[in-house]
Amino acid sequence: MSASAEIKKTVMVALGVCLVCSVLVSVAAVGLSEIQEFNKKQDKLKNILIAGGLYEEGISIEDVYNENIKAIYVDMETGEIIEEKFDAEILSKDTYNVKDVAADPNYGMPIPSEIDIAQVRRMPKYMLVYEVMSGEDVDKIILPVYGYGLWSTMYGFIALGNDLQTVKGITFYEHGETPGLGGEIDNPNWQGIWEGKKALDENLNVVLEVIKGQVDQTSSKANSQIDGLSGSTITTRGLDAMVEFWLGENGYGPFLNKFRKDGENV
Amino acid sequence: MSKSIKLLTDPIFNNNPIALQILGICSALAVTAKLETSIVMSMAVIFVMGFSNLSVSLIRRVLPSSIRILVEMTIIASLVIIADQLIKAFAFDVSKQLSVYVGLIITNCIIMGRAEAFALKNAPIPSLIDGLGNGIGYSFVLLFVGFFRELFGAGKLLGYSIFTLNTDGGWYIANGLAVLSPSAFILIGLLIWMIRAWKPEQVEEE
Repeated sequence: MSASAEIKKTVMVALGVCLVCSVLVSVAAVGLSEIQEFNKKQDKLKNILIAGGLYEEGISIEDVYNENIKAIYVDMETGEIIEEKFDAEILSKDTYNVKDVAADPNYGMPIPSEIDIAQVRRMPKYMLVYEVMSGEDVDKIILPVYGYGLWSTMYGFIALGNDLQTVKGITFYEHGETPGLGGEIDNPNWQGIWEGKKALDENLNVVLEVIKGQVDQTSSKANSQIDGLSGSTITTRGLDAMVEFWLGENGYGPFLNKFRKDGENV
Repeated sequence: MSKSIKLLTDPIFNNNPIALQILGICSALAVTAKLETSIVMSMAVIFVMGFSNLSVSLIRRVLPSSIRILVEMTIIASLVIIADQLIKAFAFDVSKQLSVYVGLIITNCIIMGRAEAFALKNAPIPSLIDGLGNGIGYSFVLLFVGFFRELFGAGKLLGYSIFTLNTDGGWYIANGLAVLSPSAFILIGLLIWMIRAWKPEQVEEE
């Protein structure tokens, strides 16, 4: 075979293989995307339930969610709870996705870099926050939080008790940290450490820290410190900044203040 | 017929890709903390290896050797993406636990090794069988390791309690080492020792 025929054959085979492979991959990706989206949504609801301490193996996620959880909008600048409904599809309670809303030009807002300790750049103007109801009363508040770790933005929920000081649970539903190291933020045992820790003091200042290494149980601060993940200094720092940002005055601070005042008035 | 059976079963004990050739150790350590993840990973590898061998064999006569490796990688990568998409659609919880390791099947040397060593030189049907056989050989080790790690590490199998843990009021104290990857080394070592005690011809000469 001549050299040019050889090259022609090589190019043809390469193109043919690429074409067949790309068709197969696209068919799989497009054909299965609906089921995958459904799974993701279920997984998010499940994580809301886990953060709220409502999840058990085998329950109907949607039923338990509908029975116990009330989703409310919070204006992140003023901390007001917004009762009205939004027309915008992106803010629909069924499909609300923090990532999309934060990126949206109308419903997201930039975070000035000097206060952006969680390194997330943008946040939603109206955040969807979840209340765990016990009868007419709010038992826990589940706050969406996110912060940058080593490789990825970690998306999750922190649940606070109705004293607005105690952590009731934490979960993450999306992240790309190293499995076995930073990825241990998914570890239920580690997440269990958060329960009962004091996140905010009486004046709603953030006291919770995620420290490097293990918490010294004899220290006076032990009740507001979380063990860092071993081998994941940067993920641990990211978690610490995430908590400080979202529970602080630039995050949910205004909302928590209003929420507490409303509680006193009633 | 007997040749096909030999192709299928040889890689399980006589020529196991992990136990004899010591390939594919990375994923055997990473995904075997539980039996469920081991099973899903095994199915993914059997699927990818079977079809990659079949596809490479089908085009072996037109495949110019200058781009041989590239074409093999393209085929393997595409199959792995399809397997990953299927797992994300039908076993979402497991896909979160497997995380990057499904994607890393692409770099599993057993698959590339079989395409190079077998599929390039043999007809499609034997190549398919060889791929499936090696996938099963790999799976055998994964399931062995996954079985013992979950049993000793969590007292469970497929999430069902076998040994009641002391934290739940039972007698069994979970072995923390079994949950960590190094325990897979110990288990694979023991498995290799057992196979070689049974088949001494596999022992390398000094």
